[in-house]
Amino acid sequence: MDTLKESPSPCSSRHNSPRPAPCEMPATVGIEAVLDQLKIKAMKMGFEFNIMVVGQSGLGKSTMVNTLFKSKVWKSALPGPGVPTPQTLQLHSVSHVIEEKGLKLKLTVTDTPGFGDQINNDKCWEPILGYINEQYEQYLQEEILITRQRHIPDTRVHCCVYFVPPTGHCLRPLDIEFLQRLCQTVNVVPVIARADSLTIEEREAFRSRIQKDLKSHCIDVYPQKRFDEDPNDKILNSKIRERIPFAVVGADQEHVVNGRCVLGRKTNWGIIEVENMAHCEFPLLRDLLIRSHLQDLKDITHNIHYENYRVVRLNESHQLPRGPGWVNLAPVSLASTSAGQVTTSGPSKAHKRAQEEPKYEF
Amino acid sequence: MSKQQPAQFINPETPGYVGFANLPNQVHRKSVKKGFEFTLMVVGESGLGKSTLINSLFLTDLYPERIIPGAAEKIERTVQIEASTVEIEERGVKLRLTVVDTPGYGDAINCRDCFKTIISYIDEQFERYLHDESGLNRRHIIDNRVHCCFYFISPFGHGLKPLDVAFMKAIHNKVNIVPVIAKADTLTLKERERLKKRILDEIEEHNIKIYHLPDAESDEDEDFKEQTRLLKASIPFSVVGSNQLIEAKGKKVRGRLYPWGVVEVENPEHNDFLKLRTMLITHMQDLQEVTQDLHYENFRSERLKRGGRKVENEDMNKDQILLEKEAELRRMQEMIARMQAQMQMQMQAGDGDSGALGHHV
Repeated sequence: MDTLKESPSPCSSRHNSPRPAPCEMPATVGIEAVLDQLKIKAMKMGFEFNIMVVGQSGLGKSTMVNTLFKSKVWKSALPGPGVPTPQTLQLHSVSHVIEEKGLKLKLTVTDTPGFGDQINNDKCWEPILGYINEQYEQYLQEEILITRQRHIPDTRVHCCVYFVPPTGHCLRPLDIEFLQRLCQTVNVVPVIARADSLTIEEREAFRSRIQKDLKSHCIDVYPQKRFDEDPNDKILNSKIRERIPFAVVGADQEHVVNGRCVLGRKTNWGIIEVENMAHCEFPLLRDLLIRSHLQDLKDITHNIHYENYRVVRLNESHQLPRGPGWVNLAPVSLASTSAGQVTTSGPSKAHKRAQEEPKYEF
Repeated sequence: MSKQQPAQFINPETPGYVGFANLPNQVHRKSVKKGFEFTLMVVGESGLGKSTLINSLFLTDLYPERIIPGAAEKIERTVQIEASTVEIEERGVKLRLTVVDTPGYGDAINCRDCFKTIISYIDEQFERYLHDESGLNRRHIIDNRVHCCFYFISPFGHGLKPLDVAFMKAIHNKVNIVPVIAKADTLTLKERERLKKRILDEIEEHNIKIYHLPDAESDEDEDFKEQTRLLKASIPFSVVGSNQLIEAKGKKVRGRLYPWGVVEVENPEHNDFLKLRTMLITHMQDLQEVTQDLHYENFRSERLKRGGRKVENEDMNKDQILLEKEAELRRMQEMIARMQAQMQMQMQAGDGDSGALGHHV
């Protein structure tokens, strides 16, 4: 503590208040300096963000990703004329490093071509669930090693954007099945895709019907109500929850409107501006994913979804093959936890479970 | 007109003129009196604007009290057939239009059995017509056969979906298919052209037979020929439907009001609605003819070849029939064995009553 008081704290020089007289104690301890240190560290390390886009083909997923990150993450939106749509669901990941004001973001986008396109779409969500769980598994393996890496590469999916086709009616059975299963494993943000086919009234009616469907099927999309920590969060998130799902339009071409250069779609009857709140809600989606809730998405993935997965896996651990550097985990009595069943509860319960097994040694 | 007929008939100044050139007028009057019947089927996933388009095409409200089912109901529902008939009259000409809707198509997670209901409906109508035609009283045969099927293709895909291909292949020999790109206001002009070309390529690739407009006769006027040429070049039509009146450029038009502009339904630069309507109206007669001469005749010859036995299930093959016959035989044998056992028991039980019990069997 002495060192803190002696060294000139950088923040006090930023204050507009006059320097205190040398014999007086400075008014602040200088803890604020931590923020700057964190910032510098973050700038050096960079951030990682993994996003997955799910939806039927042609709903503008690739275009949306390009628009969100203002760069050509995917090379082209349409497959060529000779390329057939995939017969089964495939998962396709692309990583890019985007830089803004000295801050590096390693963005990984996972696309799911072939989702919901077949005649029989039964269990088409299983490859997706498998992929997400695989990423959790990889992280878990790294975490359990005796000598761990300093910074475990994080490939876990932080956010899954689900594209709902703009039928204007309600959610389809496929949407319901998918959302029910995935909301328990990953943060899901549903959006109304290609919203330029709905007028404003149709959009509002569609949105309220979707919200009703989500409620009646107990689907908890991001931002989840039960993870709100303090009243401020609650107010902010409630405002977002009222507008979910956002009606978005994606575009990666620029046009000139009133002398300004905007991203939009040009039609015979007008230009749809992507960043204009009166036209579509793309700015809300962008703010949610990037400007305000990016860290929150990562935190919830790490503290809740990953922890849930970890608890289930560690309970099953005595049945697993041993890998190199594997720690011998004592098998847990199955009576304390229902084997294989994970009830997604708040963070407190997950910690409680960890406390019940003090025999773990690492 | 009627006054001229007898005058021409007895006019001695035009020798060799019999007067049967007036036959078309007679036919015309008779058909105007009889009225026309047309059955149109609309097939497509929910939310593609089928009902709106039908209402816009015929300027009616065929679905006045429509409640859109919630997601929970959709999960349980299978494909249904809903036929609604409306009588439209215009300048003394009556049209009895039946629109067959297919709610539930493409909604389920597993759509393999989606089109069985639809195909059996189409076959049923053919069956009924065949039955009526072969009956004794053939005066008032009601023609409920499906003359035309509008198949709605989603504008959001990159072409035809596997379900689209499978369905069209299943019905292209039974009904005239007119593919329509729905909700066309979501596409820019370039995207529309690309999608149309893609769809046409895929239709050719899968050998799907859609309805082809007949070429204009060489004696028709140039305007009509040009119109037919334009129509043929725009297939599949990309349409927008609406019955709301919006104020645009000082006049009231039917359209959709967006924050970025107004899409006018009847503006040929915005979509192909007018072309679709023109095609339907000028070729209504041809659609009926093709249904009668091609699809119905195909059905009829197939049916009569089968020899009048109504096959319920098309997958029933010889093995299944054999198995069924064997099962029946076994059942008969069991029954006979039971009866024999009963008879034996009763004979042993009471010798005196054997006579009465014998009749019991």
